[in-house]
Amino acid sequence: MVHWTAEEKQLIASVWSKVNVEECGAEALARLLIVYPWTQRFFASFGNLSSPTAIIGNPKVRAHGRKVLTSFGEAVKNLDNIKATYAKLSELHCEKLHVDPENFRLLGDILIIVLASHFARDFTPACQFAWQKLVSVVAHALARKYH
Amino acid sequence: MVLSGNDKSNVKGVFGKIGPHCEDYGAETLERMFTVHPQTKTYFPHFDLHRGSAQIKAHGKKVAGALLEAVNHIDDIAGALSKLSDLHAQKLRVDPVNFKLLGQCFLVVVAVHHPSLLTPEVHASLDKFLCTVSTVLTDKYR
Repeated sequence: MVHWTAEEKQLIASVWSKVNVEECGAEALARLLIVYPWTQRFFASFGNLSSPTAIIGNPKVRAHGRKVLTSFGEAVKNLDNIKATYAKLSELHCEKLHVDPENFRLLGDILIIVLASHFARDFTPACQFAWQKLVSVVAHALARKYH
Repeated sequence: MVLSGNDKSNVKGVFGKIGPHCEDYGAETLERMFTVHPQTKTYFPHFDLHRGSAQIKAHGKKVAGALLEAVNHIDDIAGALSKLSDLHAQKLRVDPVNFKLLGQCFLVVVAVHHPSLLTPEVHASLDKFLCTVSTVLTDKYR
């Protein structure tokens, strides 16, 4: 089980309480598809991903980004039991979606940048540490049921 | 991975704007890297790693200087950083994985101080540039 200090929990909760899940989620997914364009391989059915403008404006990207970040919120709510929280999603990503777990790490890195740009100086090094830890733990949990 | 004309101009644009703060951002990048990825401190046992240390400031200035050098010779980064590449291969031998961590922290610093500068396209270009620098610095490792 992952150990979280009281400070880490507080930093995570405090940032999350101010996150606009719809906006941040959409931005994170769009950036993933723009910065690491090979990740578009999973989204052939999303329509126009031909340019950064197309990706940012794509309603399916926005909707899916929101869905992904909403799910991330489950980790924030269940910091002491992230493994169990993502067990089913892990199976899904392996068996149905066939997503290389490296992509979870890429998305985590992108989320950190999005949070940094929204929270600016409030995204202190300690804050970055707590969130980097969280995205790592989530990525690990999502990869856990792979076979 | 090749830097397109757009990438080069995006990167030059960023460094043009952050220019005056580059040294401070270099130090902050290191501070964040040491805090967020404590294993990176293992390369600096001889440093005072407390926040604001003179050694971190000086080293941050060096790192920023190297990035600026790469930007100013963006058409031949391998040439511009050749000596630094030798140094990393022969003496420093920093494991390649750590350049990614440094790059990520640099992006965070730019995002923190200039969020409107780091559009998705610029983010992509800057990430590619940092990857290119990492590749050059580890190219002679074996």
